[in-house]
Amino acid sequence: MKKVKVYITLKESVLDPQGQAVMQSLHNMDYKNVKDVRIGKYIELQMEDSADVATQVDTVCDKLLANTVIENYRYEIEEDVHS
Amino acid sequence: MKTAVIVFPGSNCDQDMYYAIKDGLGEEVDYVWHAETSLDGYDAIMIPGGFSYGDYLRSGAIARFAGIMPAVIEAANQGKPVLGVCNGFQILLEAGLLPGAMLKNKHLKFICDMVNLKVENNQTQFTKLYDKNEIIGIPIAHGEGNYFCDDATLKELQDNNRIVFTYSGENPNGSRADIAGIINPAGNVLGMMPHPERAADALLGSADGLRLFQSILNHWRESTHAAYTS
Repeated sequence: MKKVKVYITLKESVLDPQGQAVMQSLHNMDYKNVKDVRIGKYIELQMEDSADVATQVDTVCDKLLANTVIENYRYEIEEDVHS
Repeated sequence: MKTAVIVFPGSNCDQDMYYAIKDGLGEEVDYVWHAETSLDGYDAIMIPGGFSYGDYLRSGAIARFAGIMPAVIEAANQGKPVLGVCNGFQILLEAGLLPGAMLKNKHLKFICDMVNLKVENNQTQFTKLYDKNEIIGIPIAHGEGNYFCDDATLKELQDNNRIVFTYSGENPNGSRADIAGIINPAGNVLGMMPHPERAADALLGSADGLRLFQSILNHWRESTHAAYTS
């Protein structure tokens, strides 16, 4: 089995209202040194071993997990030691 | 004109859409469950608002792969009118039938309010019964209606008159270029955040939305009449 860790982030050109609200809250907590906050998603997939796991992950990220109009993604594929 | 209102788990404007067409327009309309796979026999397709699949992952992302969606895309490609309202607009964006994506509202608030829209393009089959630049009152109800697209897409929309509705006065959600509704290049797929089906009867506070449905019906009658006589 493989464990795939997918990280989805908003593109730099896209404003992140959630991130801005969280940053404001951090400033209210007196963490004035926080200069930007960007909120993304982390998704874990467990996948059976196959030769084209990476290709499949690319495809599912492009089609479903990320919206590439506004988001970027990257991923890591690891051996799943618990299965 | 026979209309399909697609129903996803979590749709909540399907009944408003149904009654706007049945009572407001006086035309035949059916609910079509998302797991169906055919839209044969329907002349117009409505994708209503709501929170399909709980807005999990992204609004409209999961609905986009529902069983009915290949038939919706096929109907769009056949030139049938396809209207996506609110979550329906989000689904059309996710399906790639319209360009761009939705972000959370600029001030993060879910906004439920009557807004003024400006009819930017009254030459579409959805807007023929409005005047150009007419201001109409239509309600909005969304948390993610902050329309985003890149510069090239915005220019493409502007140059080809594909921005059909904009917010008049204050922009409620931060959408690019005040966009409230856009249409595809062929002119048969319209996505809009405001709810014309909730403004289809004066008793609801506005009947401005009814003309959108009447426009679709008129266009359908003209095109089918042309088909019979040609």
